[in-house]
Amino acid sequence: MTSLAQLAAKKANLQARCRIIQLIRRFFHARDFLEVRTPVRTRAPAPEPYIEAIPSAGWFLAPSPELYMKRLLAAGYQKIFQIAPAFRWNETGRLHHSEFTLLEWYRADADHEALQQDCIELITEISVGLDQFPLISFQGHTLSVAGRWPRITVAEAFERWAGWCPGPDPDQQRFDLDLVTHVEPRLGFPTPGFLTDYPAGQAALARLKPGCPEVAERFELYWAGIELANGFSELTDPREQRRRFQDTLERRRLAGCSVYPLPEAFLDALRHLDRAAGIALGIDRLVAIFTNAYDLDQVVAFPPHRD
Amino acid sequence: MGSVLTASDLRKGIKLEIDGDPYTVVDFEFSKPGKGQALYRCRLRNMITGTQFDRTYRSVDKFNAADMDEQEMEYLYREGKMFCFMNTSSFEQIEMSEEHVGEAIHFLTENLKVQMLFFSGRPIGITLPNFVELEVTQADPGIKGDTASGATKPVSMATGYVIQVPLFIEQGDVLRLDTRSGAYVERIKTSKS
Repeated sequence: MTSLAQLAAKKANLQARCRIIQLIRRFFHARDFLEVRTPVRTRAPAPEPYIEAIPSAGWFLAPSPELYMKRLLAAGYQKIFQIAPAFRWNETGRLHHSEFTLLEWYRADADHEALQQDCIELITEISVGLDQFPLISFQGHTLSVAGRWPRITVAEAFERWAGWCPGPDPDQQRFDLDLVTHVEPRLGFPTPGFLTDYPAGQAALARLKPGCPEVAERFELYWAGIELANGFSELTDPREQRRRFQDTLERRRLAGCSVYPLPEAFLDALRHLDRAAGIALGIDRLVAIFTNAYDLDQVVAFPPHRD
Repeated sequence: MGSVLTASDLRKGIKLEIDGDPYTVVDFEFSKPGKGQALYRCRLRNMITGTQFDRTYRSVDKFNAADMDEQEMEYLYREGKMFCFMNTSSFEQIEMSEEHVGEAIHFLTENLKVQMLFFSGRPIGITLPNFVELEVTQADPGIKGDTASGATKPVSMATGYVIQVPLFIEQGDVLRLDTRSGAYVERIKTSKS
């Protein structure tokens, strides 16, 4: 249970959280993004191999608002963003909450590189707005937003720190283990950095790189070893997307995981979607870095696992 | 055999059975990279030998909870390398080897009540009260005039345990000791009273 004393002790962090959310809204409004709100309950979450949706009266609590956001894009909305609650079953840890807050933004007629530029400008603006520019002190590290934000491909990072090259469809267990133990701890010091060009087999909704189909145009933003955001150029081929969803659902069925209905409305909308890119950023983690908090419990009034 | 656990049950303090030995999770971190699978990184300590190692579990992994039980026992006597205890509720007597008694050997006096830890029915260790009282059986006289300097001297306790104490402690004094640190706390009774 979260006590009144614990709540009182979080006041400075919750004030910083409020300020960060104000700065996020200011950033996107200044760039003519439309703030939208999509349903928290959904009939058909995006099938992902390792994300478990929480059931809710026959439907599911949305693990991410992404499919609704892309339907808006397909309807002609050019630039949209949302600050949304997201729910994922059985994710509790220092940097995981089963209920958390996502910032998602999407750009029509853009690719993943435009999103990376947005990340740089957004986080720089937040650090200026919080009067923490350019240096941020976090858990014994001195971080910075100024200077070059490095980009490293998954292949380069694994060759350098894990001693092997993952290829287009690496063994998931080996990949995840080495990512967590050897690669992630080196990413994002002192400036945030991008891990790019994910293996093609690890990007359920991303476009493959033109001329290089072994990798997807998917990236993750890391800071201080913490994964902050996952972005990609959207796959806009409805047939390919349906095939990937069906593959994933079949894998989930074989693994004994719950199998969701195919998101038909989304697949239908995809026929009308041209070039686009979108990204999801974990607001709780970003607040944790700016407030020098050890874990997410310190930046959320009521951590979901504590009641 | 303990109940079957899955990786999502893992947290600090959970006790597992691995290759027939009980282990306690002393450090735990949940991680889940990007769109990847959940990983449960644990540091495990063998509850008998004290050795530690790191292991990472996936959400599909299953294991047995260590079948642990704790009973209040009273220490009776020592016979060679064996220590005899009696269960305070069933009056059953149990012998424990010197190896399993471990460091507690320094603080065991007759009729001391301890918590005995059982793994699958066999005793693997004891937990002492945080404080015990022991008599000093051998002490050199302190040097007069040096009592305020914080200097210490070694003395032997009734169990044979040698400890550093302030210079004013004398043979026959009864001392309170902290069993967790092994350190002197205070004098309870002087040999002169």
